[in-house]
Amino acid sequence: MQYIDEFRDPGKAAALVAAINDTVKKLAIDRDRPLHIMEVCGGHTHAIFRYGIANMLPPEIEFVHGPGCPVCVLPMGRVDDCIAIAETPSVIFTTFGDAMRVPGSKKSLLQAKADGADIRMVYSPLDALELARKNPDREVVFFGLGFETTMPSTALTVLQAEAEGTYNFSLFCNHITIPATLRAILDEPDLRLDGFLGPGHVSMVIGTKIYDFIPADYKRPLVVSGFEPLDVLHSVWRVVQQIAEGRAEVENQYGRVVPRDGNPAALAAIEKVFEDREFFEWRGLGSIERSGVRMRNVYARFDAERKFATPSLKVADPLDCQCGEVLKGILKPRQCRVFGKACTPQTPLGALMVSSEGACAAYYQYGDLEGLRCQSAADAA
Amino acid sequence: MCLGIPGRITAISDSMRRLAIVDVGGVKREVNIACIIGERSIDECLGDWVLIHVGFAMSVIDEAQAAETLRLLVELGEAQQELSAMRGSGKT
Repeated sequence: MQYIDEFRDPGKAAALVAAINDTVKKLAIDRDRPLHIMEVCGGHTHAIFRYGIANMLPPEIEFVHGPGCPVCVLPMGRVDDCIAIAETPSVIFTTFGDAMRVPGSKKSLLQAKADGADIRMVYSPLDALELARKNPDREVVFFGLGFETTMPSTALTVLQAEAEGTYNFSLFCNHITIPATLRAILDEPDLRLDGFLGPGHVSMVIGTKIYDFIPADYKRPLVVSGFEPLDVLHSVWRVVQQIAEGRAEVENQYGRVVPRDGNPAALAAIEKVFEDREFFEWRGLGSIERSGVRMRNVYARFDAERKFATPSLKVADPLDCQCGEVLKGILKPRQCRVFGKACTPQTPLGALMVSSEGACAAYYQYGDLEGLRCQSAADAA
Repeated sequence: MCLGIPGRITAISDSMRRLAIVDVGGVKREVNIACIIGERSIDECLGDWVLIHVGFAMSVIDEAQAAETLRLLVELGEAQQELSAMRGSGKT
């Protein structure tokens, strides 16, 4: 496939690792205080584990896994709202598969489906719209979640529904935005970060200029990165290079997909359909100002939040869960007290263990067994 | 849902709704291409390699940019070889 094999070439990877090692040596970093590079996006977390990238790098570099997995940061109250809508008679509730197993306060969507609710997994919001066309006597609701990457797709689907008059289609909008979230993380006093790998596909939509506040206000480098192993290594090298040269800039490693100004048609659709919410509640992180969007008034008839009664309650995260600390990068997944014990992919307590892009799921699936063994030994002692 | 997959536009299936058929590693599927048409006519999108997210083509993969990134990586590799040759020079 186009530009996949080329960006997995082991020879080039070895050269990049050697170049990173050289730069790190020059920096003379204390191993007890490694460079903290946050990969914001869950897709990067997944790539880092899948290809064993963390293990290729010198111990002076540590990845801090960011909150960029939209399924993982969904609070339980929102899952409860989904279930309330899904259990309304006549509703067909549609969702991306990733969200099916996220625990709500009483059950997940998967359990609600087993209990008889008509919940269907779809690949695209367009498939939900097609279901609405085929079932004119039912209400079809699409569970819209995701960062700016998926926002244009739900916005365009709503616009299409309006253009053709498919009024039994509606969107339950839970979209969230990256820039506000990055600022919240940078303002977190417990967190020490030296640089960022910027999200590739969010940036494909919103462009790279929007990150200028990170070098300007916080003096941190950010390199927007692709998702293949060479992309990630190349971006790490560029972050380290900036640190070595005393620079803090926004750079774009993923030029083949990310234009500087983003995607104008996608941004226009977002602007047309959505507006900022004053606050949005995140699992583990609490309320973040202007970090989510809702549908504008003119699209009220396609807004599931207005069409259906939802409990809309704030539900506290389970006491034992330390999702918040993991999401902010303060704890590694294996340092969470329930990781791999009460919380596993089969019996998840937190969403980070459910989503294919969640940091805990990546640790569980791809390893860091070494770290887990060390911790078990320490616990036993 | 956030990672996307590359595919090639092989046919325009509904120009009103801006739908096209893409070939993703041999699998064909209809996707919306409204975000990548830009100033062009819809037929000019035929043959584009696009990155597809949840049924929408979101970016035309820029071959010149991909080649440029790969060129940088090759250069970096050559520089690295040069360096290690320099360091190893004369050592047994």
